[in-house]
Amino acid sequence: MGVFYHIGQYFLLMARVFKKPEKNSIYWRQLILEIEKLGIHSVGIVAIISVFMGGIITLQLTYNMVSPLMPSYIIGLGNRDTLILEFSSTILSLMLAGKIGSNIASEIGSMRVTEQIDSMEIMGVNSASYLILPKIVAVVFISPLLFIISVTCGLFGGLFTGPLSGVVTVATYLNGITTTFNPFYVYFSIIKTFVFGFLIATVPAYLGYYVQGGALEVGRASTKSVVNTSILILFFDLVLTQLLFK
Amino acid sequence: MIEIKNISKSFEGRDVLIDISTIFEKGKTNLIIGQSGSGKTVLLKSIVGLIEVDSGEVLFDGRDNRNMNFNEKKLLRQEIGMVFQNGALFDSLTVEENVRFPMDMFTDKTMKEKTSRLNFCLERVNIKDSNRLYPAEISGGMRKRVAIARAIALNPKYLFCDEPNSGLDPVTSILIDTLIKEITAEFDITTVINTHDMNSVMEIGDKILFISEGKKCWEGNNTQIFNTRNKKLNAFVFASPFSKKFKELRLMEDDE
Repeated sequence: MGVFYHIGQYFLLMARVFKKPEKNSIYWRQLILEIEKLGIHSVGIVAIISVFMGGIITLQLTYNMVSPLMPSYIIGLGNRDTLILEFSSTILSLMLAGKIGSNIASEIGSMRVTEQIDSMEIMGVNSASYLILPKIVAVVFISPLLFIISVTCGLFGGLFTGPLSGVVTVATYLNGITTTFNPFYVYFSIIKTFVFGFLIATVPAYLGYYVQGGALEVGRASTKSVVNTSILILFFDLVLTQLLFK
Repeated sequence: MIEIKNISKSFEGRDVLIDISTIFEKGKTNLIIGQSGSGKTVLLKSIVGLIEVDSGEVLFDGRDNRNMNFNEKKLLRQEIGMVFQNGALFDSLTVEENVRFPMDMFTDKTMKEKTSRLNFCLERVNIKDSNRLYPAEISGGMRKRVAIARAIALNPKYLFCDEPNSGLDPVTSILIDTLIKEITAEFDITTVINTHDMNSVMEIGDKILFISEGKKCWEGNNTQIFNTRNKKLNAFVFASPFSKKFKELRLMEDDE
């Protein structure tokens, strides 16, 4: 019963979130701030993780897959497809669920327990829309860009690590990442990032918005938001993979 | 004027408000007093619409907020200013952005007009040279005053204050009380204050509503409260030995 209650509450909250904003100019300003806070501030960590993961995937492919029977360009190809299909979309979204999701849940949760949300409601402001809508738009908009940055950095990570460790030449690696490229993989992953971006913004926002109590409950909501968003990302990854690859 | 008619509210079978009726008049400071857990905050939040009542009516100058549609409710709320217990200022906004926020959301004033109004509101609550500070950088008393400035930014008809003196020293408490009293008279607002502070009761209580265990126990003003023989009220208001003695002397004088 609890699950159905939360699903119902979640959709009721979304109905309030997507009501016409009170003043568009204020929402645009909020959107820019959220893009900076949630998106631009995530670029650094995304780039660092992706460079290292690109390098690690390259080394793992070399040590575990390459044999006299396998062409060595498989290293670049494997790195590219792993990054595009799963790492830069799903694994990166799991990471963002931790970074951005906990931020959203704790920010909105703190506003709830310190009566800032009540004070907005008293003024006649649709607090759900004012606080959550810019975050949703910002995260959904920025997620595909972070995906592209991640794939690019991951490919560069492989390009540095492979030749530097002597497991593959630059020419072979570049040959690998351009061989049998299927653009559908990119479309598929961008669709996933839109869905995951929506989850990353809305699930923590929901848990933060309805938090009751004090600092302890805000902390719990933050943790819960990361766990729940991660599970939902994996579930939707499964569903989308089945639907789009069928 | 705000009229409350037979308000009742319960949470999970526990009655928190039982059949409360009263009238809060315009231009007066109306106080709701009672022990912790007596239902004061629930009553205040029920009046402003943050909590939905189980039965009864709240009439704002004859307008019942339960019969209003979404837009009418929104318009009514723009006529309400509220000062929360801890100020409830927006952490991410500076003092001046906090006060300007309702104007940004609901008016089409130019920046110059908004700045002029926010300066007037901040001056009215005696806040100077703190416009660019964040709520975390100012004292508790200043936070309350900024919250009052924000509450009056849109010229409200109704002002609600939830324990405006909690956590403040006696001198600052008196300043806040005086400020609320002055603003109420100056702008002819209907002010409702939820308080524990007995100084406030004696100083600014044009009308006092005493609640005990969710029920209306007594109502009157700050003169009548000295002469009442209501046991529950006396036990609450004159709880300290000093005030008890004061009350006894007062009653003896009356008997003579």
